[in-house]
Amino acid sequence: MTAGPPRRVVVVGASVAGLSAAETLRRQGFDGTLTLVGRERHLPYDRPPLSKQLLTGAWQPEQVTLRRPADLAALGLDLRLGTPASALCTSTRTVTLTDGTELPYDGLVIATGVRPRRLPWCGTPGVHVLRDLDDALALRDRLAAGGRLVVVGAGFLGAEAAGAARSLGMAVTLVEPAPVPLAHAVGEQVGTHLTRLHRDHGVDVRTATKVTGITTTTAGHATGVRLSDGTTVPADDILVAVGSHPNTEWLRGSGLDLTDGVGCDEYSAAAPGVYAAGDVARWFNPLFGTAMRVEHRTNAAEQAMAAARNLLDPGQRKPFTPVPYFWSDQYDTRIQAFGHLRGHEEARLIDGDPADGRFLVAYRTGRVVTGALSLGMPPRALRPWRTAIATGTEWRDAF
Amino acid sequence: MRVEVDQPRCVASGQCVLAAPEVFDQDDDGIVEMLADHPEPDQHDGVREAVAICPAAAIRLVRE
Repeated sequence: MTAGPPRRVVVVGASVAGLSAAETLRRQGFDGTLTLVGRERHLPYDRPPLSKQLLTGAWQPEQVTLRRPADLAALGLDLRLGTPASALCTSTRTVTLTDGTELPYDGLVIATGVRPRRLPWCGTPGVHVLRDLDDALALRDRLAAGGRLVVVGAGFLGAEAAGAARSLGMAVTLVEPAPVPLAHAVGEQVGTHLTRLHRDHGVDVRTATKVTGITTTTAGHATGVRLSDGTTVPADDILVAVGSHPNTEWLRGSGLDLTDGVGCDEYSAAAPGVYAAGDVARWFNPLFGTAMRVEHRTNAAEQAMAAARNLLDPGQRKPFTPVPYFWSDQYDTRIQAFGHLRGHEEARLIDGDPADGRFLVAYRTGRVVTGALSLGMPPRALRPWRTAIATGTEWRDAF
Repeated sequence: MRVEVDQPRCVASGQCVLAAPEVFDQDDDGIVEMLADHPEPDQHDGVREAVAICPAAAIRLVRE
């Protein structure tokens, strides 16, 4: 262990979690060398608008930038963009970058996020994934041209992109292997409602259907997808949105637990002086009594703040016990949820009516309230449920 | 210290209300509303937390 407070901190990953860690370190008074390493060449930007306002053209690329240049400059960062990290040695406390640079550290925050899971034909011209700004700009230009889009995967990302494409007048087919999209995440009621929402907006939703391959021109450009029901859906463009992989390959051989992301304890610590935050971090959340890896915008910022504080002052470290939050915008409907919904045992309609498009669902795991989701309801309807989750309220006492 | 909010960016998460309930509120659609654009010194930490946590990057502090 290094004696005394850290003098050199390296943050790997320059998206929301990395930026939030860097800002928190400075806000907490850390005045040593602070290196922020980013794989992409862009200044830190925000990802939620990529499948929403950026895709429809409502926002320009500069509007997704997270901080003004002057605010970023005030952090006094050693900013290394466009140079991914390639290795970590925890015994010498060194991060190596792909250009050979070696960065010694007293404290390290790993915030390298996730990347899209790809299918074998993902490199075909006309086939897209959606994660980075460059992905979004490429897809946006194609959506603006009109035509036919097939979205493979009806998770939140695929559903938002399908909605954006419909609002631009494209013919959209949404293909999903599960009988009810998103049922594993938010339950059948909500999944069924969202499926109907897309159909009402003219999306051809194919549930319980797998993609078995694509068709191409002789020049190799995608022209459609082949489905497990034997049909072929023609497409000018195909978006593959079938989940993600944590970016941990650069950590192989480091000795860290890389089972599903970077394994951390309840303090977001992965090893002495090493913390992880955001989409890449799997940590033990004592509030739910389980390890979780949360790929949501607010968790990236919150966990980075917690990790940075624990890194600076291990003697006063605090467990990271958030109630996760996420939102999704589809057409004019806003979905908001608190808690850990995945793996829930019961989902119950609490308020409102799905027929009106406004309702609230609560989720139970074991004997306690573990989640709540609102669709089009005012915030005051959802907020008490966040409190119920945060305090571990028993299900039978919650109504 | 002055607080600026960019309402068109707001995604109605309400994280600011949790961080600084004396300074921020939400309307019926969840959009942020300011209760105090010049917060008291004892509210500054909460406001900084709100700035850091806002998932829409819709809150800014301006030093005057």
